[in-house]
Amino acid sequence: MSSDEKLFCTGGGCTAKLGAGVLSRVLSRLPKGPMDENLLVGYDSRDDAAVYRISEDTAIVQTLDFFPPMVDDPYIFGQIAAANALSDIYAMGGTVKTALNIVCFPETMDLNILGAIMQGGAEKVIEAGGILAGGHSIADQSVKYGLSVTGIVHPDRIRQNNTGKPGDHLILTKRLGVGILCTANRVGEASEEAMAEAIASMTTLNKQASEIASAYPVHACTDVTGFGLIGHLREMLDGRLSAALYAEDIPVFPEALRHADEFLLTAAGQRNRNNAEGFVRFENVPFAMEEIVFDPQTSGGLLFAVPGDAVYGFLSALQSSGLPAKDIGVITEKQDIDILVKGNK
Amino acid sequence: MMKLTVDAMGDACPIPVVKTKNAIKELGGSGVVVTSVDNEIAVQNLTKMANQKGYTVSSQKLGDRHFEVTMVIGDAAPDTAASDTTKEPVVCTPDRRSKTVVVISSDKMGNGDDTLGAALMKAFIFALSQQDTLPDTILFYNGGARLTCENAPTLEDLQSLEAQGVEILTCGTCLNHYGLTDQLKVGGITNMYAIVEKQTEADKIIRP
Repeated sequence: MSSDEKLFCTGGGCTAKLGAGVLSRVLSRLPKGPMDENLLVGYDSRDDAAVYRISEDTAIVQTLDFFPPMVDDPYIFGQIAAANALSDIYAMGGTVKTALNIVCFPETMDLNILGAIMQGGAEKVIEAGGILAGGHSIADQSVKYGLSVTGIVHPDRIRQNNTGKPGDHLILTKRLGVGILCTANRVGEASEEAMAEAIASMTTLNKQASEIASAYPVHACTDVTGFGLIGHLREMLDGRLSAALYAEDIPVFPEALRHADEFLLTAAGQRNRNNAEGFVRFENVPFAMEEIVFDPQTSGGLLFAVPGDAVYGFLSALQSSGLPAKDIGVITEKQDIDILVKGNK
Repeated sequence: MMKLTVDAMGDACPIPVVKTKNAIKELGGSGVVVTSVDNEIAVQNLTKMANQKGYTVSSQKLGDRHFEVTMVIGDAAPDTAASDTTKEPVVCTPDRRSKTVVVISSDKMGNGDDTLGAALMKAFIFALSQQDTLPDTILFYNGGARLTCENAPTLEDLQSLEAQGVEILTCGTCLNHYGLTDQLKVGGITNMYAIVEKQTEADKIIRP
């Protein structure tokens, strides 16, 4: 790749997300309109996607996601942005059907770069079993790319994000730390090997994890993205439940811990920390690991809540398919704190 | 003692941290580094680093989009550093949750015209919900108890405050007195012990 075909990255990927606190202020003020009983997910829950029932056995799942580049290779950026957008369909337990491109691109920039971005995106849509059916492009000062995706799901098989039960184990399917790794890479500190691993993780579709999960009694599911593990877990707990996590069991890119210790931290990670303040307690957890659980993830893994007797089978199935899935903790009845992260068992 | 200034205005995280670390390296052991940044998140990330590294750290807001973070490294005495800067530095406490409690004892704000008072109270709650720093707790008693109940014009803003983590408590005796116990729509019910305790433990109490 020639040097002029590189993307200029500022705070890209899910580090570019607006903070949850700011967002909930705006969302709580929007007019709601009349209720429609066919909207199964979307009115009140802060779920990953909207689900609308169109017949007794079919509901459509709608989602969209787009962001600025977090890697400088346009083709890889396209793949990651698409994998990230498609992920919401998988979090809901759906099957991908159609996708539309969302493009912001400067008029003065080389169109080959846009071509490479969209090629990466199109390949991921095909891998997901969907059809790229159109899109919308805007001339803008900086590059942004993503997809609007439509999938389908059986109304009885929807996986919501806030329906976990006390006693459920929490299974996470990808390693954490891609936000910190991309940030370290921007200032030239990340190793090539670590970036290659992070890219492999971010371009991996959550399709396989979602398909495996359909054979197990999953109570709740979400994908871990911009709000970090803690932020998305809090959505799952819904203010009704608490959770205990074991830091040693949380899958992480080892080099991300090293960069966290060097304070190569994102603004979004700190916003996630500010939002969770007072809801999470750390016991004997090293500073770097604290940062990892707040780290915004681009195209992160799925977080499942499953009953204890299903953990062994489910985890084995995920791991034997090559995913770095781990059992990271348990959901409990509501405690004095929403999330407790323990350093040693 | 050596003092270095770092200009990280307009820089996104982690650049302010990277620049500051380079300056600390340049000090070679002890001295003071003063970093200018344009956003509060960068102040927090710098403060976090200083706390982890055991540096004395303070920060001050110089303007709307201008903050200064001062770190003292090594044997340089903190008081020497303070006298080096022109303004008295404000110490950034690691635990930023200094407790603020808002006490609302009436559904009207101020004395005079009651219609105006009700409108002012609605505006007060709205403005409160828009602040960058939100209170920890809002207590409602006597006439204030009406504001957390069904059909109150303040409900939506209070629900937004609650969604952002603000504790909202209404006096149970008062709800009972006004016959509103079944109509409470936001927050929890509390008693006089908790009302006293919340206020005695507060660092700041706001009474509109």
